[in-house]
Amino acid sequence: MALKIGQDHARFRHIVRGRIRKNLRQYISKGELIGRKGKDLVSIPVPQIDIPRFKFSDQQSGGVGHGDGEVGESVGDGEGAPGKGKAGQGEGQHIVEVEVSIDELAEILGEELELPAIKPKGESRLNQDTARYTGIRRVGPESLRHFKRTYREAMKRQIISGTFDAEHPVVIPTPHDKRYRSWTVTNKPVANAVIIYMMDVSGSMGDEQKEIVRIESFWLDAWLTRQYKGLESRFIIHDSVAREVDRETFFKTRESGGTMISSAYKLCKSMIEADYPHSEWNIYPFHFSDGDNWSMDDTLACVGLMKNYLIPWSNMFAYGQVESPYGSGQFIKDLGEHFKDDDRVVMCEIPNKDAIVQSIKTFLGKGR
Amino acid sequence: MTQFALKTALPAYLRVEQARAEKAAREFGLDFFPTVFEMTSYDQMNELASYSGFPTRYSHWRFGMEYERLSKSHEYGLSRIYEMVINNNPSYAYLLEGNSLTDQRLVMAHVLGHVDFFKNNFAFRATDEEKLGRVIDPSTRRADYSPARRWVDRFANHGSRISRHVARHGMDKVESFIDHCLSLENLIDPWAPFRGRTDAAAVSGDGEEPEPVVVPKLAAKDYMDKFINPEEYLEAQKKKLEEVRDRKKGVPSEPERDVLSFLLAHAPLDRWERDVVSIVATEARYFVPQMQTKIMNEGWASYWHSRLMTEKILTDGEIIDYADRNAGVLATSKGQLNPYKLGVELYRHIEERWNKGQFGREWETCTRLDDHRAWDMQLGLGRKKIFEVRSHYNDVTFIDEFLTPDFVARQKLYTFGYSGKSGQYEIESRQFKEVKEKLLFQLTNSGNPLIWVIDANFQNRGELLLRHEHQGVDLQKDYAKATLEALVRCWKRPCAVATKADKKPVLLRYDGSEHTEQPYKV
Repeated sequence: MALKIGQDHARFRHIVRGRIRKNLRQYISKGELIGRKGKDLVSIPVPQIDIPRFKFSDQQSGGVGHGDGEVGESVGDGEGAPGKGKAGQGEGQHIVEVEVSIDELAEILGEELELPAIKPKGESRLNQDTARYTGIRRVGPESLRHFKRTYREAMKRQIISGTFDAEHPVVIPTPHDKRYRSWTVTNKPVANAVIIYMMDVSGSMGDEQKEIVRIESFWLDAWLTRQYKGLESRFIIHDSVAREVDRETFFKTRESGGTMISSAYKLCKSMIEADYPHSEWNIYPFHFSDGDNWSMDDTLACVGLMKNYLIPWSNMFAYGQVESPYGSGQFIKDLGEHFKDDDRVVMCEIPNKDAIVQSIKTFLGKGR
Repeated sequence: MTQFALKTALPAYLRVEQARAEKAAREFGLDFFPTVFEMTSYDQMNELASYSGFPTRYSHWRFGMEYERLSKSHEYGLSRIYEMVINNNPSYAYLLEGNSLTDQRLVMAHVLGHVDFFKNNFAFRATDEEKLGRVIDPSTRRADYSPARRWVDRFANHGSRISRHVARHGMDKVESFIDHCLSLENLIDPWAPFRGRTDAAAVSGDGEEPEPVVVPKLAAKDYMDKFINPEEYLEAQKKKLEEVRDRKKGVPSEPERDVLSFLLAHAPLDRWERDVVSIVATEARYFVPQMQTKIMNEGWASYWHSRLMTEKILTDGEIIDYADRNAGVLATSKGQLNPYKLGVELYRHIEERWNKGQFGREWETCTRLDDHRAWDMQLGLGRKKIFEVRSHYNDVTFIDEFLTPDFVARQKLYTFGYSGKSGQYEIESRQFKEVKEKLLFQLTNSGNPLIWVIDANFQNRGELLLRHEHQGVDLQKDYAKATLEALVRCWKRPCAVATKADKKPVLLRYDGSEHTEQPYKV
């Protein structure tokens, strides 16, 4: 059974997503997005919007409780504001921490993300929901009234009830005769898209750095594949040479060696040339590295590859740089110099795990 | 109508249970409205709970927010709604499909306690529709008392009124206006219904010349008159009275606590806006008695579910399940007050005291602790007393009158507060006086600050001035500012609130584009 609350719920989700009523967003309370690791469960708070009222400031008010405990013993930290009186007729307005599956987290992430600058291209494999007017129903807005069907129904009724006079064929529809056009939502393909993930696995990338890249690309991948059905993903790892790997290997591999970023870009280029003609595909290369390239020459080779091929072909080129104790982190500066004014190139530094969510938003944030 | 309304989808075996529970409850002297139990699935239950139990209400995102919270915490097994009942005549209550029979019995017993409370507690007289806004004496009523409380219908009508406005003016416009009204929702006068006057009573004067002031004279014989009522004195009195009269010319003539009614009567609202304000105000008033009696109401229901279950309804095999459930309901956790627990314990405390005669001057002035504790006059007045209490008290008077030092110690009540040093809430005191004070403070005006409209023509510029009666706790400033914005949206002129911050009087003012804050004295 469809619930009436559906409409209100959808509206609330839209507000949380920031699609409508943007001024309310300042009252949304939300905590840490990824609370804890382990299997595929993470802990997130349910977003709540507090309607502002004249009320007492929490920190002065406190309250009454029952149970054991010495004077001076803590009953909870300041953020949750326990027992702040009785708000409304329900229970208190506390944030409930609930555990969420990957799917749901991907959804939550997704509410504020999108693939930027996606264009209708090619044979279309990427699907999107659209409405088509295909059916007829008995209720609907007058603007969708189906004139012919309505009169046909009226005529039928009059013939059946014997009030139809062939001599004077006057047909008068009653409200029951009215028929309206109705629509069905169909999944309509809009575009082709491919994401090419590239990761630096050279010796300078420590375990922690690789983990950050993996978590980040994992979430990117989880969200994007969920959001855009039919999206293709390819994975490249590189040290001084690059090779294509499958998803499994990409998330698990351990390597070491020197760093030649251009090798990955070359492979990426040939991959696009072979499989994804850019007139047909929306292309999104994502590259993660610690920014410590072998030589300036190689960096210049990278810039050349990007300028001449990758960027003109792609809808967006994303580069994420993790902080490494060994590396110089020079690469992002070099890129910055060359592509300062190009909004197809998005760069982001990811100093630690906490910055992952922010960098995902930087890459895929709406209205960027 | 009632005949059809009473037909529910309740399965036969539960109808038998209902009849049993009602019979047992009547034997104990409970007196309730006809009660309709309906069976719902968990998602319907979550939906209903989001709408505070009403099957149809106006559309608003906050119900969706509530639904999200409830359904998530349900899906992840964190919480479950067992019981929900609406103050309506007949009352509607919901049972969750798939609950065990013991649970359903428990819910029924608990609900009957609530419905008895709805029918008999004086505060709920304010929701009798025929008496709306003019219950002068809530304690007297006819023997066949069955008031019109068709709130389910009313709330549904509010829904269709709002959707009409939405169709005409657009979702965003109406919704954001509702949001603004909800910001003002707590600015109503909970006692207005018992003052025997209508909402717009603050309207003053009909535009005619003020009547001349007559100074009352003391009776005196003619020749004594100018000594007993000297002319200078009469003149002075006249001046004084005229001053009072002229002061009353302002709007409102006296500080007005019901800000929403005041806006309805005086704010330059469009017709649809007026309708929205009146809907929000009506619904807010409907919930007032429930907020005023949370502890008493839940305590009463818990008291009776416990007695009905253990003395009349349960089979031996169910006792463990019941005890487990009951313990869950009455469980306490750190830094939170469980109204079920406090309420039920206080009723039991009262019952015990009146059974033993532990009341009155003699008991109170008894200074020997042993005698005081062992006091037992075998009066057996406990039952009678708690029925009386459930009729004539609300949470404030309940706590004020019946909380005793002994009870506070036995129930291990404490006060807690925020400690700037540790950044945490800490237990502050276990002293009777402080616990009681804090409880009463929280319950007074349902934990809302006391706000009055004092001038609708502030600074002679048609601005609205409110006063916050500061009682030791400041207003939260960012919220106060946002609320002023909502007020400006209704009043359409600058609005200000006089309050205190860090012990200094300040005036928070919003003129439609800018917030200002300045020292101020009323």
